[in-house]
Amino acid sequence: MTDPTTAAAGAATDQGVSAYVTAPEHQDSGPGKPRSLWSDAWQDLRRRPLFIIAGAVILLLVVIALFPSLFTSADPNHKDLDFSRKPPSGDAWFGYDLQGRDVYARVVYGTRWTLLVGLAASLLTVLIGAFFGILAGYFGGWVDGLLSRIGEIFFGLPFVLGAIVILNLVRNAQIRGALPIVGAVVASIAVLSWPVAMRIMRSAAIAAKQQDYVKAARALGASSSRIIFKHMLPNCLAPVLVYGTIALGAFIGAEATLSFLGIGLRDPAVSWGVMISDARNYVRVAPHMLLFPAGFLTATVLAFVMLGDAVREALDPKLR
Amino acid sequence: MGRYVLRRMLQLIPVFIGATFLIYFLVWAVPGDPFTGMCGERPCPPQFVAAMNDKYSLNDNIVIQYVKYMSALLTGDFGQTYSEQSIGELISLAAPVSLRLAVVAVVIEAVIGITAGILTGLRGRGFLDNLVLVSTLFLIAIPTFVTGFVIQIVLGFQLEILTPTVSSKATWSELIIPGFVLGSLSMAYVSRLTRASIAENRRADYMRTALAKGQPKRRIVGVHLLRNSAIPVITFLGTDIGNLMGGAIVTEGIFGIHGVGRLVFDAIIDKQGAIVTGVVVLLVLVFLLVNLFIDLMYAVLDPRIRYD
Repeated sequence: MTDPTTAAAGAATDQGVSAYVTAPEHQDSGPGKPRSLWSDAWQDLRRRPLFIIAGAVILLLVVIALFPSLFTSADPNHKDLDFSRKPPSGDAWFGYDLQGRDVYARVVYGTRWTLLVGLAASLLTVLIGAFFGILAGYFGGWVDGLLSRIGEIFFGLPFVLGAIVILNLVRNAQIRGALPIVGAVVASIAVLSWPVAMRIMRSAAIAAKQQDYVKAARALGASSSRIIFKHMLPNCLAPVLVYGTIALGAFIGAEATLSFLGIGLRDPAVSWGVMISDARNYVRVAPHMLLFPAGFLTATVLAFVMLGDAVREALDPKLR
Repeated sequence: MGRYVLRRMLQLIPVFIGATFLIYFLVWAVPGDPFTGMCGERPCPPQFVAAMNDKYSLNDNIVIQYVKYMSALLTGDFGQTYSEQSIGELISLAAPVSLRLAVVAVVIEAVIGITAGILTGLRGRGFLDNLVLVSTLFLIAIPTFVTGFVIQIVLGFQLEILTPTVSSKATWSELIIPGFVLGSLSMAYVSRLTRASIAENRRADYMRTALAKGQPKRRIVGVHLLRNSAIPVITFLGTDIGNLMGGAIVTEGIFGIHGVGRLVFDAIIDKQGAIVTGVVVLLVLVFLLVNLFIDLMYAVLDPRIRYD
């Protein structure tokens, strides 16, 4: 907290303050207004090699997902049985799959589905979890009790099992088309994961509720919705966003696992998980069919986990 | 203490009912006939459908169905599959295998993860710390089925060190490799949790006090530091036992283990709803009880926590 007298005196006191505060962390904040948590974190992030590498990989993946034709001229669905299970060569860097399709082209075109599922699932999880979490944390009492119990119910279901049951239901409903299939997978992941985001948001909201700025806002007559969205949300967002970034990587892996089991994505939404699932019976004779999509999958998850790690370290001052 | 346990037990009841009802609803309230395709190419004869509807009381309201099912379950009757096999028997064959696999996985992840976490947490930054950090990153990034396949190809098919699949008996020694694959992801989390927890507690006041009293290093680390750092790790390991019991579907599939995960996955594909609900009810129960047990362990580990 700034001393009110010095704060009121304005710019002239800047020198006075820096004369008292000599600890190194206060010195380089420079003139002008002090940096917020976010710009502070950004300054910190820009200097981390982990963040730069992860960011570059993710940027490349996003470009691949948006413009796959820049990276391959081959048609991912062109079949030529003459080339069935041919190993990698100069013509096709990653070889051909069972039906003689170019594995490299399929990997490139599969990027968008993999990223789409990860991004959408992470976003939906954070949205649902943050919404219920901040309500539970702010109102407390029976609202908190009810929401926490509901969260526990979903948390108590084993993830893979729950997802299989939900997706099996969806499959019986005969859903066709790429986007509805993606939607079903995203929804099943989010439905089973939101309690984690809710717990994180809830504890952040409980801590924020005790802060002076919330009390001040209430004393000024601000409504509950104004306090929640204007005052508490910006201050509680950091931990949930960190969770969201790390979960993005985990959800991409989860999609691959579900597709591998044959109940996740399927034609026409061919993700890397679907390719790995198609390749599983030919692991011994044509390992390239499995290893290349698996390699891309691993690199992608790695990049997101690294990004999450870097963001967490930048946003959480305790770890510094 | 007694009142706390009682209150926690009472809290478990609505969660248990909610979770099992949710699964029951998802499995049985499917729009359409659950018996399509069960009689080969032709539609099922009406007598068969009527008998089946009667047996699984599908004509009732879903809540009544659920109550009937649960009250049968409380007397130990898991019901029968469509081909009149006892589901209780199927589960009692599969559950010990899954339990063994989960125990092997948890032991492996606890031993390796905690050791790595303690070593890096105590030493601080350096070569070992970076090594563990990078290897845990990779363990987190590689999906279980890729780890499983790669280990199976390399050790099983190419080097022929071990048999690539597990026999139907599934002895402890056969389960070491699948257990390692199953526990590899959590191993990374355990080592990171332990490292963070130890690094945080290392600077605590009680550590300095213990040091100032002149206690030997082994006692400071072994008694003061480890005991106080154990809580987050134990919590994670506890939730993991529940997850591993049911989450081993992929590992069991790759190594051909006949456990609970395999049973329930086949049941979902064959539309054997009764098996699915039975297994999930059991898994939810295990999960909740393990969590309760972990909560009670807190008081043993950290005497500052009191339950009253």
